[in-house]
Formats: sequence, C-alpha cells, structure tokens
Amino acid sequence: MTIAAKFEIEYLQYLDAEGKQVRDDLPEFAKDLDHMVELYKLMLSTRVFDAKSIALQRTGKLGTYASCLGHEAAHVGIGSAMKPEDVYAPSYREYGAQLYRGVQPREVYMYWGGDERGNDYQKEPARHDFAWSVPIATQCLHAAGSALAFKIRGEKRVAVCTIGDGGSSKGDFYGAINIAGAQNLPLVCVIVNNQWAISVPRKIQSGAPTLAQKGIAAGLFSIQVDGNDIIAVRKAMEDALERARSGKGGSVIEAVTYRLGDHTTADDARRYRGEQEVKDGWEKEPMKRLRNWLVAKGVWDDAKEEAWKAECDEWMDNEVNAYLETKTQPVSAMFDYIFAEVPADLAKQRDYVLSLENKGH
Amino acid sequence: MAQITLIEAVTQALAYEMAHDDSVMVLGEDVGLNGGVFRATQGLQEKFGELRVLDTPLDETTIAGVTVGLAVQGMKPVAEAQFEGFIYPMMEQIACHAARMRNRTRGRLTVPAVFRAPWGGGIRAPEHHSEANEHLFTNIPGLRVVMPSSPARAYGLLLAAIRDPDPVMFFEPKRIYRQYKEEVPDDGEALPLDVCFVLRDGTDVTLVTWGAQVKEALEAADELAAQGISAEVIDVATLTPLDFDTIAESVQKTGRCVIVHEAPKTAGFGAEIAARLAEECMYDLLAPVERVTGFDTHIPLFRLEMKYLPSVERVVDAAKRTLAAS
Repeated sequence: MTIAAKFEIEYLQYLDAEGKQVRDDLPEFAKDLDHMVELYKLMLSTRVFDAKSIALQRTGKLGTYASCLGHEAAHVGIGSAMKPEDVYAPSYREYGAQLYRGVQPREVYMYWGGDERGNDYQKEPARHDFAWSVPIATQCLHAAGSALAFKIRGEKRVAVCTIGDGGSSKGDFYGAINIAGAQNLPLVCVIVNNQWAISVPRKIQSGAPTLAQKGIAAGLFSIQVDGNDIIAVRKAMEDALERARSGKGGSVIEAVTYRLGDHTTADDARRYRGEQEVKDGWEKEPMKRLRNWLVAKGVWDDAKEEAWKAECDEWMDNEVNAYLETKTQPVSAMFDYIFAEVPADLAKQRDYVLSLENKGH
Repeated sequence: MAQITLIEAVTQALAYEMAHDDSVMVLGEDVGLNGGVFRATQGLQEKFGELRVLDTPLDETTIAGVTVGLAVQGMKPVAEAQFEGFIYPMMEQIACHAARMRNRTRGRLTVPAVFRAPWGGGIRAPEHHSEANEHLFTNIPGLRVVMPSSPARAYGLLLAAIRDPDPVMFFEPKRIYRQYKEEVPDDGEALPLDVCFVLRDGTDVTLVTWGAQVKEALEAADELAAQGISAEVIDVATLTPLDFDTIAESVQKTGRCVIVHEAPKTAGFGAEIAARLAEECMYDLLAPVERVTGFDTHIPLFRLEMKYLPSVERVVDAAKRTLAAS
C-alpha cells in the first residue's frame, strides 16, 4: 500500500479537571504566576458579568442574550494571546476575549439591549476589531480578508476569528481556511467546540472525529486543545499567532469545552439535553481547575476570591448603570449611517419620521 | 485617442485607479493571468502583481466575504462575480455585512468595496449566465446599484464606484460589452453616482431604462421620431439611491412614460419607478404608465431568449399606446 499523505491531530492539555498539572513543560507565560492570577481574575469577572447579563434579561432590562458560561478559559485564552495590533472577528458570545481587548460591559448590554451603539467599541484595541457577527461563520471570511490585507501591505499582524462547532459546518468557514491555506495568510481560526449548536449536538454536526482536522484539509496547522484549560488554549494561540506573524501560515485550533448555559436566554436546553450531561459539564468547567492550581501555588485564596468578586460586582453595577442611563438614540439615527452621506431620497424619509416625532407619534 | 468598447472602458478605469491608489485591488475567479472570462482585467496582473490582482479559490462566498474583510482594513477591493447568475452565494455577505457594516457599527467600520458582475441576456450563453437580477439588490439598504450603458459611462461610473466610501454593485450589461466604440479619455474623471442621464431630449413620451436595454430604447426613439413622435430617453444608470427628480421632470414635460427593463416584471425595479410616478406625478400623467420588461419566467435558454428580452417593437408599441390614450 502506498500512502499519499498522513496526518495526526495533537491534543494539548496542561491542567486536568481538578487543576492537577498533567505535564511539566509549562509555557513561559504560565510560569509568571502574577500573570496567571490576572487571567484568572478576568475569567472570574467574565463570569460575574455573564450572571449580571442574565439577571438583566430576566428582569426585562435586556433583550435576548447569549451567555458565555463555561467558555471563560477559551475566550480569555484567545484574547490574552493576541497583540493589540491584531484583529479579532468574534461571533456573539466571546466576551472574555473582548473584555481583554477593551470592549466595555456597557457596550455588550447596549447591543443586546437593542442599541447599535453597542457595536461602536470605544476603546482600543477593540475599536479596530470586528463587531459581533450573528450570521454563523460569516466572520471567518472577514478575518481572512483582513489577513489578506495585512499580507498585501506587509504588516506583521494576525487576524483571529472564532466560531462554534456548528459554525465549522458552514461554507464560510471552509472558504476562509481554504483561502488562508492557498495564500498563506496570517489567519488563526478557533473553533470553540461547546458541543451544542442550539439543540443540535456535536455528533450529528459532523462525522469528523475532531473538528480540528478540517484545518488539515486546507493545509493549515491544526490542533485540538482542552478548551477548559486556559494554559492549553493560550499556548496553542501563542504558537499559532507566532507562526502566522512570521509568515509560516494559518492555523485551526479546536478548543473543546461545554456550553453550561442555554444557547441564549430565548432557549431552554432542558428540552433537548439531560441533567447528567450538564452535571458532567460542571465537573470539567474551567474556573475550578485554575483556582485549584493557583491556590496550590499559594497565590490565590478564598479571601482574594471574595474581594475580587466584590470588585467585579461593583464594576458591573457601574456598567449596568451606565447602560441604563444611556438615552435611546434619536429616531434620525436610523438614517444617519446607511451611507457616508444621507442621499436626498433617504433624507425625505428621515424628515417624514422626524415630523411624526414632532407631532408626538 | 483610441476608441474603446464598454469592456475596455472597465479595464481602463481599473488600471487608472490601481495606478493612482495603492489600496485598490481586484479579486475573483480567473481575473489574473487569464484577465477574466470577458477580459475585464486583461493585463492588470502583469502591471500590478499577483496580490493586487488576485485569483481566488472558486467560491463566490469566499470572494464576497474576503472583500468585506479587505475593505474594513482600508483596502478598496473590486470583486468580480464571473456572471450575475453566480452571485447568489455572495448575497449573505453583501446584505448582512457589506451593506450593513457602517450602520451597525455607527460608522466605526465601513466597506468601500465594489462588486462587479457581467449582467443580462442576449449573448447565447449557457444557463445561469443571462440573468437580470438587479432588483434583488435595489431593495437592500446601504448598497448602491449602478449599471453603465456606454463606454464613457462605464469608465466614469466605475471610477466613482471605486472611490465611493460605501459598497457598490456594478452590473455590466454584457450584451453591449463590445457593441460599439467611443472615445473615452483616460483622465480619471468620475461621473456622479446619484443622477440619471438624459440621453435624448423629447416632448411626447419618456422612455426610462438602464443597462443593455438603453440600446433598444434609443432605437425605439429613432423609430418613433420617424413616425413624428418625440421620445425622451433616460438612462437611470444609478438605480439606487434613485435620482427620481430627473425622471419626474421629464414626465412632467411629456405626460407619458414607458419603463423598459430586462428583469421579470413583477417587483422589478420598474415597479418602483411606476409607483413613484403614481405617488408624485399622478396629475402630470396623460396616460397610464407602461412597462416593457422581461416576463415573470426564467429567461429561457438561448433559442428563445430574444423573445424574452424587450424588443424595439415592444417599446415602440407601448409608447404609441400612451399616445393613443390621450
């Protein structure tokens, strides 16, 4: 038998579910315990933020919201590995990555609270990142196009996109990794595999044993990591970013995690998955293992946990207040951003709506 | 100065803008060494290299989505759909992202891109190579829809489309790609994107059209003139945002209007113009508005396609009906 080509997919994990270190070759960043504490703190603030968002929705102060519960290691691992000049194209629940890059909780609330200004991220580097992308996997091609722009201009920047396990079924994902391979683009595509695309489980999303191996078909470096282990996610990201930045091409990283919450607040996952599975998911969740590891290293304890949670509560309360105090845009805002300049015909429609406002409609 | 065809004017505009603006690039299937299946990008890869004249993988979704990404990063990509019949996979990226980016980010991110596509029937092409589907785009907010009908307008409007800060659909009527030549100075002068072109003055009836159908409208005007009827001919060219004022002024003068287009009749862009005339020019009209269009069928394979496309005779008949009515 002649073999035309042979492939394998590495699985990367540093911390098991209990926070026991399963390999000794810790990456450099993980040896800096102050930094690891910072990452843990952002994961925790992301979780506090997420709980606050759901509470807002349940009390009628937010529209439909997509929770990130259980994805904290994957998301913070992605965001913390990127350089400011890189560009991020998320889907719609990667708050851990986005908070790291300067998206403000009040902006998330604004978006899910029905106000386009939530997409107008005010702080760099998020200001040059893409906004949330609701049509599944379409953002992969925006990242590929960005990577192509960087290559054309000779800029040492990388475009990063994230999708879910469901997103890896879409043509936009395949198209993005395909052109990244064909043109050797600085693209890193992370599949945050949380096992569920609303109600459709991973096993009927694809017959591929790993989602990472889809990257092999495109000629990209591909790896699967424990998506609940931030050290593994961050290490795979750093390697992928370095390869991309130095012109060695793109990567696909599959971060295996679990969606602990509903798809969105409009969903009820009890309709399609059992309690035991969710319990098992909680056993492997990302906060506990990192906390155990940091506690064992002597750099974290219950008092610090409580103090930081209290700080996060205060931070989020401020953000919620800022969001709730933001006045609704004037009705003319519907018209002001359709084109760079409002065309005459559109201006007539705007004036009509304004006249209705003046009549008190 | 050389005389050039409409397709050569497209190439001339692309070459001019690429030479004067490093951020302009073209991408699509076969646009590189092959110069595009209609030769619109002939010679550009030699001049500007393989990255700025990029042969993409064969996937329209990729072309459209990558174009959005390039444009957000400050490039000015000119993407080619090889035929308008292959543009459908691009529509999600165009409608959900290109046309929407400025609005949904409150102006933070923008998409200064052009999506070019050879358009329309009448060249005895295979299935899916002869569609008229501009009306599927004229209803999308945030998108300009442009269709030139002469070499000079192809040159000037394409320059304007590339320079425009928002996404533009640029449909090129392939039936008249090589219909005639005219002098088109390569002076980088763009045409406005928000005015219709009055191609012929007249007093009795207004013929409103765009794309390849401009040819039939002008021939119909000649025929009508021979019968003592003075027809004004308007090339809409920039369908959206629509310059309705030019059409209204003409109809206020003539009192009669025939709208001519290749696309199916129902909910074609002619319906929008007819509705606007009913809304704003009702009392100027001396006769019901006529529409001469493709039928509400798929354009047939080419043995029958000329029976589908509006003919000079159909336009002349419609114009005469408006005169008979008043």
